[in-house]
Amino acid sequence: MNQIFTIAGTVMTIHLPAELDHHSSEQIRAEADRLIRTRNIRSLLFDFGGTSFMDSSGIGMIIGRYKMMRFMGGNVLAIRVGEQMRRLLTLSGIYKVIDIYEGLPQQSELY
Amino acid sequence: MHQNEMRLEFDSRSCNESFARVAVAAFLTQLNPTLEEVADVKTAVSEAVTNAIIHGYEGRVEKVTILCRLEDQELYVEVSDEGKGIADVALAMEPLYTTKEECDRAGMGFAFMEAFMDSLEVESEPGRGTCVKMRKRISREKRECSAVEEEGRLGTVAGYAAQSPVRPDEGFGSRQERS
Repeated sequence: MNQIFTIAGTVMTIHLPAELDHHSSEQIRAEADRLIRTRNIRSLLFDFGGTSFMDSSGIGMIIGRYKMMRFMGGNVLAIRVGEQMRRLLTLSGIYKVIDIYEGLPQQSELY
Repeated sequence: MHQNEMRLEFDSRSCNESFARVAVAAFLTQLNPTLEEVADVKTAVSEAVTNAIIHGYEGRVEKVTILCRLEDQELYVEVSDEGKGIADVALAMEPLYTTKEECDRAGMGFAFMEAFMDSLEVESEPGRGTCVKMRKRISREKRECSAVEEEGRLGTVAGYAAQSPVRPDEGFGSRQERS
């Protein structure tokens, strides 16, 4: 099974599952928070590359982590976002606080 | 009028959320929906079922019921629980309103249901439970890529349904009527 969390320097990437709902969000939440608290993470990347479904539970999970990262002075990005996921990120208004990339971000976007 | 109906009852466990939305999506394939229509319905059903589990039963394991009816080119879905109920439905339906902010709830469940379906009706009584009724018209005119053609992306249950399409007039619905 693929690693969900990968950390490179101060950048942590969360490779989101195929379906991001209440059930899978709960599983990611605790471990993400533990890693953000214990490691020096400055940029958090949500990788939607393998994700084809999301509901408001996923949005809630992302907003929660965004608040945490902001509190700690870091930033949050959504990467490899497809058309369907972009619709949900737009509809929820989350695009106003999180930068959304179709592909991968420039190194300069990261702390 | 072509009509086909199914009813689903399952435990209010979070692991059943994906089962519930995929089951509804599989039932819907009879109307040959587009990928976007399937995605819309899956999200709306997921929101309603998650609400029943988190808010209706607050983690207790009881039963969530889905009633699903296809009437010509329209889908009707009813998601009901016999949980806590909602005291002020209008307030609960306001975007960003949530009673469980500490649990990372976005407060967007009803807003998503409204956005992705054609109509949404919520009936609730404190102490008796909640029933969410949604309708969506499925377009007859198809663009180049329909859900049935891309069955693989719908998951195995929907994929199976796509391989053996049941017409509304000759499906299990009509068999039930005869017996």
